[in-house]
Amino acid sequence: MTNLTPTTEPTVADNSAGLVESRRETGAKPRGGLRQLLPTMTPALVIGFSIVTAITLFGIFGPMFVQDPSTVRNIGMTPPSGDHVLGTTQTGQDVLAQLAYATRGSLQIGLIVGVLATLLSAFFGILGAYLGGFADEAFSLFSNVMLVIPGLPLVIVISGFVPQEQRGLWTIAVVLAITGWAASARVLRAQTLSLRNRDYVAAARVAGERSWRVIAVEILPNLLPVIASQFVFAVIFAILSEAGLAFLGLGASNSTTLGTMLFYAQNGFALQLKAWWWFVPPGLIIALFGCGLSLINFSIDEIINPKLRNVRAHAKLTRARGKAAK
Amino acid sequence: MTSVEVTDLTKEFRIGHGLKRSTLRAVDRVSFDLLPGRTVALVGESGSGKSTIARMLAKLERPTSGSITVTLDDKTPVGGSVYRRHVQMVFQDPFASLNPFHSIEHHIARPLRIHDRTRGAAATHEAVVHMLERVNLEPAADIAARRPHELSGGQRQRVAIARALAPGAQVLIADEPVSMLDVSIRLGVLNLMARLQREDNLAVLYITHDLATARHFSDEILVLYRGRVVERGPSDAVILNPQHDYTKLLAASAPDPERVGKLTSVAAPDRSKIDNSVSFNHYTGEWSSLDDAAVGASSGPAASVATPVR
Amino acid sequence: MTLTGTRPVLTVDNLSVVYDVDKPVTAVKNVSLTLSPGEILGLAGESGCGKTTLAYAINRLHKPPARIDTGSVTFHDSDGTDSDLLALGDEQLRAFRWSKLSMVFQGAMNALNPVISIHAQLDDVLKTHRPGMSKADRRRLCADVLERVGVDSKRLSSFPHELSGGMRQRVMIAMALILEPQVMIMDEPTTALDVVVQRDILREILRLRDELNFAVIFITHDLPLLLEISDRIAIMLRGEIVELASSERIYREPEHAYTKKLLGSFPSLTGERGDFIRTGDHALRGESK
Repeated sequence: MTNLTPTTEPTVADNSAGLVESRRETGAKPRGGLRQLLPTMTPALVIGFSIVTAITLFGIFGPMFVQDPSTVRNIGMTPPSGDHVLGTTQTGQDVLAQLAYATRGSLQIGLIVGVLATLLSAFFGILGAYLGGFADEAFSLFSNVMLVIPGLPLVIVISGFVPQEQRGLWTIAVVLAITGWAASARVLRAQTLSLRNRDYVAAARVAGERSWRVIAVEILPNLLPVIASQFVFAVIFAILSEAGLAFLGLGASNSTTLGTMLFYAQNGFALQLKAWWWFVPPGLIIALFGCGLSLINFSIDEIINPKLRNVRAHAKLTRARGKAAK
Repeated sequence: MTSVEVTDLTKEFRIGHGLKRSTLRAVDRVSFDLLPGRTVALVGESGSGKSTIARMLAKLERPTSGSITVTLDDKTPVGGSVYRRHVQMVFQDPFASLNPFHSIEHHIARPLRIHDRTRGAAATHEAVVHMLERVNLEPAADIAARRPHELSGGQRQRVAIARALAPGAQVLIADEPVSMLDVSIRLGVLNLMARLQREDNLAVLYITHDLATARHFSDEILVLYRGRVVERGPSDAVILNPQHDYTKLLAASAPDPERVGKLTSVAAPDRSKIDNSVSFNHYTGEWSSLDDAAVGASSGPAASVATPVR
Repeated sequence: MTLTGTRPVLTVDNLSVVYDVDKPVTAVKNVSLTLSPGEILGLAGESGCGKTTLAYAINRLHKPPARIDTGSVTFHDSDGTDSDLLALGDEQLRAFRWSKLSMVFQGAMNALNPVISIHAQLDDVLKTHRPGMSKADRRRLCADVLERVGVDSKRLSSFPHELSGGMRQRVMIAMALILEPQVMIMDEPTTALDVVVQRDILREILRLRDELNFAVIFITHDLPLLLEISDRIAIMLRGEIVELASSERIYREPEHAYTKKLLGSFPSLTGERGDFIRTGDHALRGESK
C-alpha cells in the first residue's frame, strides 16, 4: 500500500520549528540571510573541504618550492628516492615538480571554465525563465541545442581546428565553457520558473520593484545554493574534460596540466615499464579533487533541500540518545 | 482619497496546445466600484475567477478587455508608476508571500524606499518600526530583525499587511487574507484590517470563500460563479436572503453552528441545475440576463444553455 | 466490560507522546478518550496543538523523534476481543491497521499514486488484507465501495489526474472503507476542498456512518464544521484535551475559556456579529474618530 503513505507527517520534517526553538534556548544565534546559506559542518564537508584546500594550496604554492619541471637529466625512470621524491620521467624530469605545475594548470582551467559556464548558464537560465514568453522560448531552445550537441567530440573538433600555436589555456577554457553550460542552464531555468511564480516575487512586483531588482535581490539569493552546486559541478567537468583532451594530445599547448602529464606518461610507456610514480600521482589528484568537490556538493544539496538537514539532525540525536542509553 | 472603478473586466486564458487549443473565460464582464472607507467582498469557490480579478487589480495580469480606472478625489486619474503607490495587495499564503532570504525589515523598507516615503537608513528604520507597531507586532524593532520563518502565520500576515500599507496605499486588495490561518487568529487579523481601514479610510476588496466573514466584514457582496457575478447587493441582503441558486448552495454549504447536528437536514440546490447566465441585483431587485451574442460565440464555460429569466 | 450498547470501540487512556528533540517536547499530554461504535468524535484545535500527533499515535504511525511515553490504546473488537494496540507486534499491527482501524490523511487526495489506476490501488488493499479473495470478487467489491462514496464505478479504470480533488478525496475514503473498519480516523479530510465539495463529502461520511456504523475521529481546526457533524467534541490545547462534551453542550454552554475563545473567533453566518467589528459601519467609524 505504497500510495497510502501520508504526505504530511508530524515527523522530522515538521519538527524544524522545534529545532529553531531549541537552538534559541541554547543561546545560539539564529542563522539568517547569507549565513543560513552556509552548510553545516559535517564529516563529509570537512573531508571534502580539506582535500580541495590541500590540492589547491599545492597547486598555488607547490611550484615555488620544486625544481624546474622541464630540466632533462640522464637519469630516466628512476623510482622515488631522496633526490626525487616522486621519481623521474623517461627523460629524467622531476615528477613532483611536474605534478605541482600540472595541478596549477588544471586548477586554472577548472576555475576559468567554472566561472564562464556559471555566468553563461545564469544568463540563459535565469533571465530567460524570468522574462518568459519569446525570450524564454529562444533561450531554452538554444540551451537544448547546446545540450544535445555531444560535448567531447565538439571539443575535439574545435581544438583540432584551432592551430596548435594558438591553442592556449584560454582557448581550451572557452571551448569547454561553451560546451558545458547548457545542463546547468536548464537546472537554473527550472528553479527560476518555480521561484518566479512564488508569491513573494509577485509581492515584490506589486510593491513596485524593477525587474532587475526582482531578479538580483529577490530571486538570485534563493538560487545561490543551486548556482554554487552548478559551479562546483562545472569545475569537476572542466578538469576531467581537459584531462581527457590533453590525454588525446589536444590540450593547451602553452601550459602543463594533469592531462598533459598523463599524455606524456602514456607516450613514454610508463604503464608498460611499470613506472607507477609517473602516472599514479596525476591520476590520483584528479580523482581526489573530483571526490572532494563532490563531497562539498552533497553538503550544498542539504541547503537546497532542508529536509535532508533535518533528517541528519535527527539521526544525530537518536545516535546520541542510543549512546546515552547504553 | 482614491477610488477604483472596474468596468466589464474580462480575462481569457488560452489552454491546450495546437489543434486542441481553446480559450477559457476566467473572468467575464465584472464591474464594481471600490470607494474609500467601504469594503466589497468577492465571494466564490476556487476557480470562480476571484483571484484573477485580484491579480488584474494588482497589475500582475493584463485584462483581456474592460477597464480598471483609479481616480483621486479631484478626478485625477492614477496610472503608470504611481498606480502601485495607491493600489496594494495582501496575498493569501503568508508562508509564501515573504521572501525567506530577507529580514522583515527588508520587506517593509523596500516599498517605503521605492515610493520615496522615507529618505536615509535611520528614517526608514523608524518608519518600519512604526509600520510594525501599527499592525500590532511588538516589540517592533525585534520583529524587524527577524526572518519570516521565525514568525507565526498570523504574524507573517500582519507583516504582509504592513508591507501593503507601506507605500501609503489607499486601496487594498485582500486575496483570502485569513484562509491559511488558524481559526482562532483569523478574527484578530480581520479586525486589524478593519481598524486600519477606519484609520486610513481605505477602500478594500475582500476576496474570500467564507460567507460568514464576508457578511460581517463588508458592505457589499458580489457572488462570483464561473467568472460571472451572479448576485450582488448589500451584505445582509445577499446572505440572509439569497436569490441565485449558487448563492443558496454556498449558504447551505457554509458551516453554521446554529445548525448543530443538523447537517443532513439542510436542503441544498442541485449543482447541475445552477446556471450562470442570470444575475440578481439586490439594489434594483431585478434579474438580468448575462448572455449576449458575444458570449455565445466564446468557447468558454459560459456556453451553457440560457434559461429563461425567472 | 460487557457486550452492551455502551461498550466502547476504542479506549485511549492517559496517552502521552513526546518529541525527543534536544529539549523534549510533550506534544500530547495525558489524553484519555473513549469512542463508542458509530460515534463521530470531533477533535478540534489549532495547528501545532498535537491533534495530528495524537491521531498518528493511536494508529502507531508516529515516527521518531515522536515516542509514546505513557498510556495505553485499547481496541475493543465487535467480536468481543480486546487488543492493546501499543503491544501488537509488527505483523499483527499491519493486519490490524487497515482492516479494523483506517485513516484518511490530511491532503490525502494527493497521496494517490499518479501512474496506477484507481482500481489497481483499491485492489492492492484487498490483495494485502484479503489474500483468499477471488479476482472477480475483488473487482465487485472495488466497484461497490466506489459507488458507496458516490463515485461512478466506471471511474475504476481512471487515473488520479483524471479526477477532481473532491473525487480523489472520495476515492481515499473508499480506500479507507473497503475493509469495513470499525474505526476511521480522518485528519483534516476536507480542508483543501471547496465549501460546496466539502459539504457533499461530509454528507457522504454521515450517510456511510449510518449505513455501516463505524466510529469516526474527525480532526480539524474548523470548529463550526465539527459542531454540525460530530456527536461529541474534544477541544485540544497544547497537547491536552481541555474540554470534552456533546456538540450541543460545547456550543451552548462552553466551560473552558479556550473553548469560548474558539467559539467567539468565527462569526455566525446567520446570527449576530459576535466579536466582529464591521469595517464599513459608519456609526462605529464616527465613534472611533
